[in-house]
Amino acid sequence: MFNYYLKLAFKSFRRNPILTGLMIAAIALGIGASMTTITVNYLMSADPIPSKSGQLFHVQVDSWDPNNGFNDEPNTPPNQLTWTEATNLMAAQQAFRQTAMAKSGAIIEPQNSDINPFEASIRLTFNDFFPMFNVPFKYGNGWDKKADDDRQMVVVLSKNTNDKVFAGQNSVGNNIVIDGKSFRVIGVLDTWQPLPKFYDVNNGAFDEPEELFMPFYLKQELELPNWGNTNCWKTPEGEGFAAFLQSECINFQMWVELPTEKDKQDYLTFLNNYVNDQKALGRFPRPMNNHLLNVMQWMDDQEVVAEDAQIMMWLSFMFLLVCLLNTIGLQLAKFSAKSAEIGLRRAVGATKGDLFIQYTIETAAVGIAGGILGLALALLGLVGIRQLYGDVLNDLANLDATMIGLALTLSLLASICAGLYPTWRACNIAPASQLKSQ
Amino acid sequence: MLNMTNIKKIYRTDSIETHALREFNLQVDEGDFVAVTGPSGSGKTTFLNIAGLLETFDEGCFELDGVDISNQNDTARSRLRNQKIGFIFQSFNLIPDLNLFDNVDVPLRYRGFNRQERKKRIEQSLEMVGLAKRMRHLPAQLSGGQQQRVAIARALAGEPRFLLADEPTGNLDSSMAQSVMSLLKEINTNGTTIIMVTHDTELAAQAKRNIYVRDGKVSEITHSDQYAGDASELLEDDTESTLSPVAALSR
Ligand SMILES: Nc1ncnc2c1ncn2[C@@H]1O[C@H](COP(=O)(O)OP(=O)(O)OP(=O)(O)O)[C@@H](O)[C@H]1O
Ligand SMILES: [Mg+2]
Repeated sequence: MFNYYLKLAFKSFRRNPILTGLMIAAIALGIGASMTTITVNYLMSADPIPSKSGQLFHVQVDSWDPNNGFNDEPNTPPNQLTWTEATNLMAAQQAFRQTAMAKSGAIIEPQNSDINPFEASIRLTFNDFFPMFNVPFKYGNGWDKKADDDRQMVVVLSKNTNDKVFAGQNSVGNNIVIDGKSFRVIGVLDTWQPLPKFYDVNNGAFDEPEELFMPFYLKQELELPNWGNTNCWKTPEGEGFAAFLQSECINFQMWVELPTEKDKQDYLTFLNNYVNDQKALGRFPRPMNNHLLNVMQWMDDQEVVAEDAQIMMWLSFMFLLVCLLNTIGLQLAKFSAKSAEIGLRRAVGATKGDLFIQYTIETAAVGIAGGILGLALALLGLVGIRQLYGDVLNDLANLDATMIGLALTLSLLASICAGLYPTWRACNIAPASQLKSQ
Repeated sequence: MLNMTNIKKIYRTDSIETHALREFNLQVDEGDFVAVTGPSGSGKTTFLNIAGLLETFDEGCFELDGVDISNQNDTARSRLRNQKIGFIFQSFNLIPDLNLFDNVDVPLRYRGFNRQERKKRIEQSLEMVGLAKRMRHLPAQLSGGQQQRVAIARALAGEPRFLLADEPTGNLDSSMAQSVMSLLKEINTNGTTIIMVTHDTELAAQAKRNIYVRDGKVSEITHSDQYAGDASELLEDDTESTLSPVAALSR
């Protein structure tokens, strides 16, 4: 019977190509718009490291202005750390793994004189960074703790950087000149693009990961510049790089890996003790307010899903609703043209249920067609969205299987819902009323 | 077989009440061929729609084939229509975008027959009305008389006990009308009970029994003694009048 109903549905499309086309177009437009914005929201709110996002915690302590909370919010600690906290907490080594970080940049001078020197972004971090964040390596490895402590001039290259400077060859053991100094390459990353870039959302949640990774203390050693956001509530006492590092300015991030709830509690206790010690030294004038937020909590806290993307999504749902209301009107028109056939089918023995199934299959077929067309429109929409949210969405702003499934389910449900009232009305046509004359 | 006692049907629209049937009494036995005549608006179609379970009634008792209809819900009445009743309408009511085969197939689909059974029945009934060769044609490619024969084939394919026809010849010219009438008589001869509403007294006279409806009541019943199975003599200017009615139809 299903095949029979499907065949009848196609006959009906052929009889009313314009009405059917309009319905498909209306559903496709609504689905296209919704899917575009759903995809953007879905990508923005994806868990970038699902295997351990619950065990990685971003560290916040409130070192801010006694008279004025961070961002004028009384209960929110600053979103970054000072150099003092970053280095002290790292020295304490109280977590299973931990890394303080900063963003910087420098000029790479490739040995091959065919390639022009270029500016590269740097992630200054600790050896734990790579295992903590499941960073994949193509060649070599990260550095060890000794390299951190000894401030060794070692570097890990991103895949792109290695492709650019070493033509994609295994460059481990080679030297590379950065800001006029020679660094030894000890590792090359494989493609790695966590989305959002959770470990430093403060400096562009959808930016590419950095091009170079090197030991954190080189910041001080080489006086590497501050890239990314820097906030101060107090001007540094004195001039120069050392004064900045000693100031209350925040430019550093810190993450800890705490596998169990107890580890987390212990770490919080440690942070509280640390802050009390600092208070004794005359720092931390604000009330104690230490936060450990895991990856998804931190994404939430930092409103990684841009508010405009959310608004756009709700607007697109409204648009879908308008499209569906249109579809309801078109359905009613289509069924009223069919009332003679409906009356006849009732007369020769179709139950209301039979007709309901028949016409629901017909609307579902329209929904599927609209969904497929809508997916095509969504792909177009995503091309447009890339202009808006930058390059990193390039690779990922494609519809994956989940999204395709969602689009088809959504359009199926939407069309069936839009069809319910017209179909119900059609099934309740009194058989006798339609048979007298045509 | 069909037993109506004191059937009352009132149509209510806004403030107007129309008593379409009042104390309508009729008994039809198996194998009967009843022609229903009466002035316009007297309730003939209303009676036929109630008899065919297309409409409900307000009062009275209606038994069809031993089933008390007032107890049946909509689904059960749909099933009864599907299994026991065939309809022929004045305006044929074929589905325009289905070919003849698929049109005849419609009631059989709801009957739940398998594919072979349906095919057999469709071919047989189209054969019977002389249109087997045009199975794949669309209704619009046929004349009015031919379309009505398709409707008859559709009504017969399910082998119903009853055939209800509401002015089946109303849209046809007199020779077409006569050939349809001949076909109905043949179907009746094969055992199907027929109730036909008509304005044509000549055709009515060919039925076994005539009832005259006036003002929502049966006012007169006459038994026709000139009922004859041989309809070919009625096709007066047909030179090959010795052919059976079905053969005459198929040309
Ligand atoms: N759906 C309806 N709503 C309201 N009144 C109706 C309806 N159907 C029929 N009637 C009324 O019921 C009465 C009987 O109508 P019916 O159609 O049975 O007459 P009829 O004998 O078939 O007439 P005709 O020979 O013209 O077809 C008429 O007065 C008609 O106006
Ligand atoms: Mg009538």
